[in-house]
Amino acid sequence: MSLWPELELVLPDVSKPARYIGGEGGMVEPEHHPSKVAWLLAYPDTYEIGLPNQGLQILYEILNERDDAVAERAYAPWVDMEAEMRAAGLPLFSVDTHRRAADFDVLAFNLSAELVYTNVLNCIDLAGAPVRAEQRADGDLLIGAGGHCTYNPEPLADFVDFFVLGDGEEAVSEINAVVRDWKRAGKKSRQAVLRELATVEGVYVPSLYDVAYDGPALVSITPRFADVPAVVEKRTVADLAAWPYPKHQLVPLTEVVHDRLNVEVFRGCTRGCRFCQAGMITRPVRERPAEQVRTMVADGLARSGYDEVALTSLSTADFSGIEEVVSATMDCGAGEVSVSLPSLRVDAFTVGLAAQIQRARRTGLTFAPEAGSWRMRQVINKLIDERDLYGAVESAFSQGWRRMKLYFLTGLPTETDEDTLAIGELARNCVDLGRAHTKNPSVTVSLGGFVPKPFTPFQWFGQNTVSELQRKIFLLRDDIKRNRGVQMKWHDPKASMVEGIASRGDRRIGRVIEEVWRQGGTFQEWSEHFDYDRWTQAMARHGLSVDWYVHRHRTDDEVLPWDHVSAGLHKDFLWQDWRDALNEVGLEDCRWTPCYDCGACTGYSIEHIVASAVPPAGGSQGTGQVPAGYQPPAAVAVQLSGSGTKASS
Amino acid sequence: MNPNEAPRTRVRLRYGKNGRIRFTSHRDMARIWERSLRRTGLPVAQTEGFSPRAKLHFGLALATGYESDAEYLDVDFKCAEMAVNEVLDALVRVLPDGIAASGGSVLAPGTMSLQQAVTSCDWDIELLDASADDLARWVDQVRGAATLMITRERKGKQITDDLAPQVCALEVGEPTSRGVRLLATLGTQPRSARPSELFAASELPYLPVLVRRTRQWIEQDGARLEPLEVGAAPAQHTLVGVH
Repeated sequence: MSLWPELELVLPDVSKPARYIGGEGGMVEPEHHPSKVAWLLAYPDTYEIGLPNQGLQILYEILNERDDAVAERAYAPWVDMEAEMRAAGLPLFSVDTHRRAADFDVLAFNLSAELVYTNVLNCIDLAGAPVRAEQRADGDLLIGAGGHCTYNPEPLADFVDFFVLGDGEEAVSEINAVVRDWKRAGKKSRQAVLRELATVEGVYVPSLYDVAYDGPALVSITPRFADVPAVVEKRTVADLAAWPYPKHQLVPLTEVVHDRLNVEVFRGCTRGCRFCQAGMITRPVRERPAEQVRTMVADGLARSGYDEVALTSLSTADFSGIEEVVSATMDCGAGEVSVSLPSLRVDAFTVGLAAQIQRARRTGLTFAPEAGSWRMRQVINKLIDERDLYGAVESAFSQGWRRMKLYFLTGLPTETDEDTLAIGELARNCVDLGRAHTKNPSVTVSLGGFVPKPFTPFQWFGQNTVSELQRKIFLLRDDIKRNRGVQMKWHDPKASMVEGIASRGDRRIGRVIEEVWRQGGTFQEWSEHFDYDRWTQAMARHGLSVDWYVHRHRTDDEVLPWDHVSAGLHKDFLWQDWRDALNEVGLEDCRWTPCYDCGACTGYSIEHIVASAVPPAGGSQGTGQVPAGYQPPAAVAVQLSGSGTKASS
Repeated sequence: MNPNEAPRTRVRLRYGKNGRIRFTSHRDMARIWERSLRRTGLPVAQTEGFSPRAKLHFGLALATGYESDAEYLDVDFKCAEMAVNEVLDALVRVLPDGIAASGGSVLAPGTMSLQQAVTSCDWDIELLDASADDLARWVDQVRGAATLMITRERKGKQITDDLAPQVCALEVGEPTSRGVRLLATLGTQPRSARPSELFAASELPYLPVLVRRTRQWIEQDGARLEPLEVGAAPAQHTLVGVH
């Protein structure tokens, strides 16, 4: 049953063998049984990247708590391990009990990024199933997928049997019931179980839909049967308090990313940043009760032995009463506990918060202004003014931080070179602020190329070309080069282009993904394995235009490849927000201001769950309400006077 | 800092590393120990500074993939006394599968560190598809060799060493289901000779499928002592656990 005796013979010859051994704290070694559905939950990237994934861990626990399911985990084997496995005839296996993938009923992937799509195909192939869904027999694995990328499922539609949109906590049990009944009845007809799965709310079965094209244009995606929904609606857990998962976060034996206790403090975000898919598709805001956060932190620390906690969300400083929660968190461990807040809005980062989190070990600090100029931030609806950023930076330097990272996007709609260069100006001013507190302040600008995503107001925007992104990156690099204290890192614009192909691609892109995979193009999100030419050549070979898929502006009457799935958001709301963006008009945060009916709450009869009726104190708070008397400055001069620092126009 | 104001007790622990967890690295083990000790709630001393860490002093690194019955670790506690039994009992609850603490002793102040003090290690090596007779001939060859040259890279430079003086003992062990055992004692000073270097230098014709460190030794005044027997604090002559 276990492949371990064979695996331990190859492990001495591969890099980082600990990623294949399992044995994590919190691991389950479930008892398989013919009456239970066996799930192999797979993350299509390395163990180090995939192990901390909270979505996968939540489903792992929920399924293993059921008496009609078992769940184990698999991760994409690194290239050296894959070569050993293929040479020795070893299939994809679970790390929990080292069972072969074929011993499971469902192989379910978490899709967090488009560049892992070729790894998905590789894992299906290693699992021993045909990669194309249409070629699978009744007894073959059912291939499922969830995660943010499923909001455009079409590029993987030919390979995945069913997608799940939105929160999986409730849907996974409903899917399990369907598969359980099918399994107990002898797995007679694959077609029948897929039809049944399509009736589960939130489940999209692509093989049950016809796709029509007119030349390059997509005309329609329509269900072939009356009981299959024309539009698949996402699932939303109404109250996070009902789902205090993971209860037993996995504690790996080897180093992974985010190697700390992670506690999700809220889900959803209504700041309304127009580039941000996560903020659009996870609405509304559902805060976890502060008391539950404290309990999960205390239990998690005691169980795991970690001395670092991340309070996770899309914008943790917005959590009601965040300073009290951070303070309580730091006091609940046996020794020093450090707290990291991975997504920090600068306008909510106060001196108090800075003081709290630096009490124990000082963790890295990253702020995401996203754009350099006020005008650009109005376009993307990230309405933080320079004073907010400088206030946050000042707070951090005054509390002893010496380095921080600022995250920006380039290639945004309407972006001019002036906007790009404003990034350098902001970074320089931040370093100047730091000089009052430390001898060698350091600010790293991290620049990513903007890739438009489905279900955002920017879904109609034509992505910048590789050469245009490269030009902007070098423009900023040359501008920053001379400044001591400012460093710059950037994302490969070629990788952004390939991400763009899959981000808004239709079902025809599947052929491209398959071809790149067949040529050995796995681990495309790893720069040492990324192969741009393979992608452009595969596009050309299949007669598909990169320009048409990636760089073309869409019109409001165009059928989008994801029109038959829904995140609740009205398409006309998104279109209006797109027009507002071009007119540099901001939109308020509906958590604290009246509803503008984007559709995410009204469509599903749910509401925000937010403890505080008002935004956190200080700053402009990105509510769309520019502070009284604030004149957007052409350039902000930073004056240093004693220990205090002011920004003024 | 004045050492008088902070009472310290250093405890030396012996532990095994067996099974799947043998594929974790030395660095992974350090993290596992830090987390495990935190879970015990015992008062482990911390380093000073912005990034406080538990004061742990590890012995010789064990290569990733090797098992061991005899790993050692010195832990500083911020208290004047610490009962070894209490530490061992607390660890039983928190150590992951495959890691088991099997003994400990309180060290006298000034006891030499493990890295400096250990002089040799015993190794039990399972060789795949080997026969006892063939292995015996190979053992004789190695023992008779005047030199066993190995070349290794250090800081980008090729360095050649003679391993022969480091091979303290070598003999054929019991047969196993997969092959036969080779028992070796390799010196660790001035630098630790590794089983993999012995295999390379002697062109071992078999695949070592399982390598296990069975003992570490400290040679002191002509006697070979187990690291738990060295430098035990006379006031609290605590030595717990046996092989």
